[in-house]
Amino acid sequence: MRVVFKTSYDRDIDLHEHGRSRARIAVLLAIMIVLPFLVGDYYLAEATNTLIWALAGMGLMVAVGHTGQVSLGHAAFLAIGAYADSALMNTGLPFLVSFPLAGLVTGLFGALIAVPAVRMSGIYLAIATLAVFVIVEELVIMLEPITGGVGGIMAPSISILGLTFDRYAALDHFYWLCLAVVALVTWGYANLMRSPTGRSFLAVRDSEVSARALGINVTRTRALAFGLSSGVTGLAGALMGHYIGFFNYELFSIFISINLLLVVTIGGLGFIQGAFLGAILITAVPQLIAILRDNLVAVGVDLSGVPGLDTMIFSLILICFIIYEPTGLYGRWLKIRTWFEVFPLARRDMFRRQKSYLKTERMK
Amino acid sequence: MELLQLVIGGLANGCIYGLVALGFVMIYKASEGVNFAQGDMMMLGAFVALGFGNSDQMGLPFGLAVIAAMVLMFGVGWGVERIVVRRIFGQPQFALVILTIALGFVFRFIAGSIWGFTPLVLETPFAGQNLRGGGIVISLADLVTIGVTLALTIALWAFFAFTKVGLAAQAASQNQMAAYIVGVPVMRINSLIWGLSGAVATLAGVLYATRGAIDPNIGLLGIKAFAAAVIGGLGSLPGALVGGLIIGVVEPVAGRYAPGELAKMSPYIIMLIVLVTRPGGLFSQIQMKKV
Repeated sequence: MRVVFKTSYDRDIDLHEHGRSRARIAVLLAIMIVLPFLVGDYYLAEATNTLIWALAGMGLMVAVGHTGQVSLGHAAFLAIGAYADSALMNTGLPFLVSFPLAGLVTGLFGALIAVPAVRMSGIYLAIATLAVFVIVEELVIMLEPITGGVGGIMAPSISILGLTFDRYAALDHFYWLCLAVVALVTWGYANLMRSPTGRSFLAVRDSEVSARALGINVTRTRALAFGLSSGVTGLAGALMGHYIGFFNYELFSIFISINLLLVVTIGGLGFIQGAFLGAILITAVPQLIAILRDNLVAVGVDLSGVPGLDTMIFSLILICFIIYEPTGLYGRWLKIRTWFEVFPLARRDMFRRQKSYLKTERMK
Repeated sequence: MELLQLVIGGLANGCIYGLVALGFVMIYKASEGVNFAQGDMMMLGAFVALGFGNSDQMGLPFGLAVIAAMVLMFGVGWGVERIVVRRIFGQPQFALVILTIALGFVFRFIAGSIWGFTPLVLETPFAGQNLRGGGIVISLADLVTIGVTLALTIALWAFFAFTKVGLAAQAASQNQMAAYIVGVPVMRINSLIWGLSGAVATLAGVLYATRGAIDPNIGLLGIKAFAAAVIGGLGSLPGALVGGLIIGVVEPVAGRYAPGELAKMSPYIIMLIVLVTRPGGLFSQIQMKKV
């Protein structure tokens, strides 16, 4: 077991617990930067997709994992981000302006919704966000001059200072752009979580009553968290729009919301790393299923006629995770790591969760 | 006249939303959880009844097929609680939300792989029969829907208000631990309620199927039924029915008189307005949180 010897108070709130963790992140980032030279276009496109999903997952993680607000409508924020960015770029604004603006617009919209929504909790909030999702979907169809209606809209290709970042013509540039955005957001997110604001998110998640007693403005904290969450998701939506190239409202279906929930739940609720693990899983599994399907055809089993098999497998994975490993992939990894670190002193109940029994305010 | 016709059709539609919402409310009343798979249970119930009743499948008489389907779906609901939901006992509320959404997809996959994704029609004895009077046409299916819904709502309300099991279920939802200590078999009550909600969902599915073709995606109606349950206030059975009726009537009327896509959005707009102005729903049962 590694003992971290702290010689100053700054070490207590340092982003990295020890030097090795800092080095690990640096190595990971270096590998990600040189990735375009290592793999072909197909895998690079997949890696870009994974990065975008991880960004969206981080957006949802702020709300679900760190503030305890379940949202079933984050596809709506992806849509708003994508449409805002493309529409702004179509009016002639450069990407460097339209991209943050898209995030800002989405964040403001999210905060606007959050003001009434944060008065609700748990189930009610989930339902309200679902309603918002349906309303946004219909609005997208109605606002045809901006969004292209049912026909869809084209995401213009990006160019910054003369350099082109087109998804097809210069995939490696687009990949680096996504990587830069994801790295910056991750860095900001990690720092946010050790600031008073981030700590108050956690306090609100763990006990609203105690948080209020400690002087945290619960309503404002939750609205802020929801706004931040939708803003980051909006940025991911903008990148997703550029990644897809040409899209209409069908890209942002309710299934996207559910996939996003899958990303954060399977990855590990309450861990930034979880968003990445979940994103890797959700982009890799369809590929694995496709490979598996091809191999099964070779031995005479044809599954191509079974529609919805992917969704079904995702659902089963999700059910198994919720039942057997509610802390997700990252939680499992922590358990394995701890087992090795304290070997042979690991005990079965080290990670046992306190069960909470239901009590209600209903009186009838 | 036209308005009246729309309202009557809407009432029958609303009854179906109300029936699905009843399933939500029952589970909410018993375990304070929300079953997002209720719409898909309704879909599965309709397909099971179709499998028992249609002449090209098993060909049982209509009444018998519906009862058989309700019994089978009682088993499905009971089994889901027993095998899956019970295992996340004690986990936060949203775990159940995510779990039941996933379950809904599983149900949809099962129905899709057995009955396919092309719309099918359930054979009913009252298909195509209409009553006419004063320029209004009421189909028999609508009348049956309204009648069955009213009867079922009253029966369920009485069940929760007067029977021993119903009261035990409410006790279990208000304070699980306390209910357990005074001898309520919390787990068994939960299984029973899930089974019952499966049977109610089947009835809703059959009534839905009397009004048109069904395919595995009709479960998405559950979202609208959910809006109905919220408008009525989750936890109130008459509220669920009232919420369903409001949505059922507003939708066709808005479709006729309001512009564009407003009709599709109307259930959710009503729901948001209710949530903002009366967070507990029209028939609120929530008091302020006290420390």
